[in-house]
Amino acid sequence: MKIKYYPGCTLKSKAKNFEDAAIASLKELDIELEEIDRWNCCGVVYSLADDDLIHMVAPVRNLIRVKEQGGDKVVILCSMCYNTLSRANLLMKEDEEKRNTINSFMDEEIDYSGEVKVLHLLTFLKEEVGWDNLREKVSNPLKGLKVAPYYGCTLQRPREVGIEPLGSFELMTEFLEALGADVVKFSAADLCCGSYQVVGNEGVVLDASAKILNIADSEKVEALATSCPLCEFNLGKRQGLLMEEKKIKKEIPTFYFTQLLAVALGIDPEVCRFDLNASASLELLKTRNYS
Amino acid sequence: MPVKITPKTVNTDFIKKLEELSGQNIHLCMQCGTCSASCPMSENMEFTPRKVMHLAQFGLEEGLEDVNTCKVCASCHSCTVRCPRGIDIARVMEALRQMILRKNINFVEPSKIPAETIKELPPIALIAGFRKLTS
Repeated sequence: MKIKYYPGCTLKSKAKNFEDAAIASLKELDIELEEIDRWNCCGVVYSLADDDLIHMVAPVRNLIRVKEQGGDKVVILCSMCYNTLSRANLLMKEDEEKRNTINSFMDEEIDYSGEVKVLHLLTFLKEEVGWDNLREKVSNPLKGLKVAPYYGCTLQRPREVGIEPLGSFELMTEFLEALGADVVKFSAADLCCGSYQVVGNEGVVLDASAKILNIADSEKVEALATSCPLCEFNLGKRQGLLMEEKKIKKEIPTFYFTQLLAVALGIDPEVCRFDLNASASLELLKTRNYS
Repeated sequence: MPVKITPKTVNTDFIKKLEELSGQNIHLCMQCGTCSASCPMSENMEFTPRKVMHLAQFGLEEGLEDVNTCKVCASCHSCTVRCPRGIDIARVMEALRQMILRKNINFVEPSKIPAETIKELPPIALIAGFRKLTS
């Protein structure tokens, strides 16, 4: 089966590992991620100021691309893109006045009113593949790997676009269980890592990330699975610095959930581009003989 | 910090603008402090979100411009989803941010960010950071 796919900027650069692992894994599951033509940056953050409609143009244009290319659904991997596109989609569906303004502003485009369904890959996997089916395809189960789902902010908040209700982490938990991992209940799964504040307030982000990693350590988490390249940066790639500054005692390797999927499906680890993760990630997999 | 409130200090235009930009009725806030308790950044804020809401209700524009709350907010929406009065506080923070940024004030200067940092950061960090922290 084929499904329209919106990658977003970071999956084409710093998070190539996230994308490559997803494409290879889905191929193994007989699904082709069909990248939409002429996509553009979604703007990363949804506009929260009531008069700021111009920043809706970027995400809505992507949804128009899906519609004009014959899609009724679009799958997204990056949590921030998912959030922005979902919220823009909801606005176009529910706010007639703003919809009309945006549609008439983009007079070269076809009209859009929220017809496309925006899906996160985890939701798509559950609905289209199913956890039992996935479990059967796993050839290299992640037995004994104590991994915790880390959702961060944008997969669950605000409620109207969350992939599941607040405080529930079932989707990724069931996904990781299907891969054979020992999923740890993690009390900081939706605590904010500091997000874009890394640009202006680095210290604040280091504190926020250290807090999450220290909770993970105290709850015996060995690895974190994430869906956001910004969380992966703040929580994963910054661990060396956090160790140096003695803000954390132990490194907790981080993975994109698609990388764990690829490993469990027995896909060549080269494809997963672990060179783009912090070095602790691949080391953990090697010491456990997963790759 | 003692705050003096008199009829002269209440800036009703500011309250009106804040409510228009955020789309929120800030007078719904009952000062329960759930937002401050939920905020992962509040330790680094000069005033917690609850206090900011209180100052906003009194239209104390100048006091609000001087504190770092909206500049440190990461728009994580923890406050929004927990507010028992249904106020989208993330939007109030955005409105406060915008009211300062629209005076052509930057919270970060892109030209002063070292080249190595730019190279290291993922694109989503830079785009989101510039959208939220520059005018």
